[in-house]
Amino acid sequence: MCTTCGCGQGETRIEEGHVHEHRHTDGTVHSHPHDHADPHGHGHGGGHHEHEHAHAHEHRHADGTVHSHAHDHEHDHGHGHGHGHHDHHHHDLHYGLGAAGAHAPGMTQARMVQIEQDILAKNDALAAANRKRFAERGIFAVNLVSSPGSGKTTLLVKTIEALAGRHEVVVIEGDQETSHDADRIRATGAAAVQINTGKGCHLDADMVGRAVERLAPPAGSVLMIENVGNLVCPAGFDLGEAHKVVVLSVTEGEDKPLKYPDMFRRSSLMLLNKVDLLPYVDFDVAKCVEYARRVNPDIRVIEMAATKGRGMEDWLAWIERGVAAAGLARQESVDALKARLADLEAQVAALRSMLP
Amino acid sequence: MHEMALAESVLEIVAEAARRNGATQVRSVRLAIGRLSHVEPDALRFAFDVVTRNGIAQGARLEILATDGAAWCMQCSDTVPLARFGDACPRCGSYQLQVSGGDELRVQDIEIV
Repeated sequence: MCTTCGCGQGETRIEEGHVHEHRHTDGTVHSHPHDHADPHGHGHGGGHHEHEHAHAHEHRHADGTVHSHAHDHEHDHGHGHGHGHHDHHHHDLHYGLGAAGAHAPGMTQARMVQIEQDILAKNDALAAANRKRFAERGIFAVNLVSSPGSGKTTLLVKTIEALAGRHEVVVIEGDQETSHDADRIRATGAAAVQINTGKGCHLDADMVGRAVERLAPPAGSVLMIENVGNLVCPAGFDLGEAHKVVVLSVTEGEDKPLKYPDMFRRSSLMLLNKVDLLPYVDFDVAKCVEYARRVNPDIRVIEMAATKGRGMEDWLAWIERGVAAAGLARQESVDALKARLADLEAQVAALRSMLP
Repeated sequence: MHEMALAESVLEIVAEAARRNGATQVRSVRLAIGRLSHVEPDALRFAFDVVTRNGIAQGARLEILATDGAAWCMQCSDTVPLARFGDACPRCGSYQLQVSGGDELRVQDIEIV
């Protein structure tokens, strides 16, 4: 299983030469599939065997516990060696040993270890690093999420064209396969990097961080991240964006905000796309907006028809406000740095004056 | 199936803690998963079994403590229970709710040998 994208054995690829590193733990790359069906199957007869076997030997664990192993050579112990697996730190790992294994009598074996750690902590830390990088450069980053076919890529193309000459737009495209979307974006003249997640169902902060390195978006630009078309999985993975924007087209059901509440709850803005098709579909806009507000009272809604230019003005105004906010944040961090520099210079001057 | 990616993160956290504590085996793992989180416990169990194969946590018992959803109701000015997103305040029927609990994803503790 891929640690980055959770895929089976597909590979995450970031365009233009970079091959993502993978570590699979599902056994396919290991030559020693573990086949101990019975975890107590060593047949040593409780904890009293250690003086009864000729091959018993002792070794000391990192925590000082003395561990006595009795190797019964009728059993296959080969599973502990040479996997190159990150869990292998002792010279032997007796995964198959149970509670009454080979520890010295009287020693408590099982211990509880408090962890209290957020499962998404690693992704969140990488997202925070991305966010910091965006703030330092005054980049306005948007994470566009939707189900497949809502019109995200067309919306992006239209947005890039409309912002031409005002703001540079750079794009990260996430799809399981193909670079079709990035090709469409590049046809507008904008810089784009395609991330193929293989069997993965969402982008994560690490993939975006790598793609950003490749793209090197200029200060003050707009970074549009088109997530994998999926209303479920991308909800939980912060990429470091300023906002999630969910695109819902009227050819889908109006109850999607209730069916996929996580995505709508985490989005700042819902773009209700393809409203030019309303006469031909059974879609209640008012109800959809009501449902969206049930799961997220603060969500803003813009009705759009990207191909017809409808709603474009409101959408562009929303982007402009985001760019301004990102610029302000950058100015603040620049001002803070300047203040710090002035402070340090004053300290240096004070120290100098103390020199003979 | 983002549960697969989450199970990988769980394993990473667990294996690191086990290594730090000089463990040879992880017997059990307790997770706190909010009822409002984007996680399907059965899918996570399945994924956990798959990703722990051939590792220090192979065969570890996975305990999932489901924490109840809670929200701050603007109308009631109080914390109220929330079974799922999109539900109204059980007291006043308002949707002006801010989730205040039950959306966590946490590795609570592990039992090691």
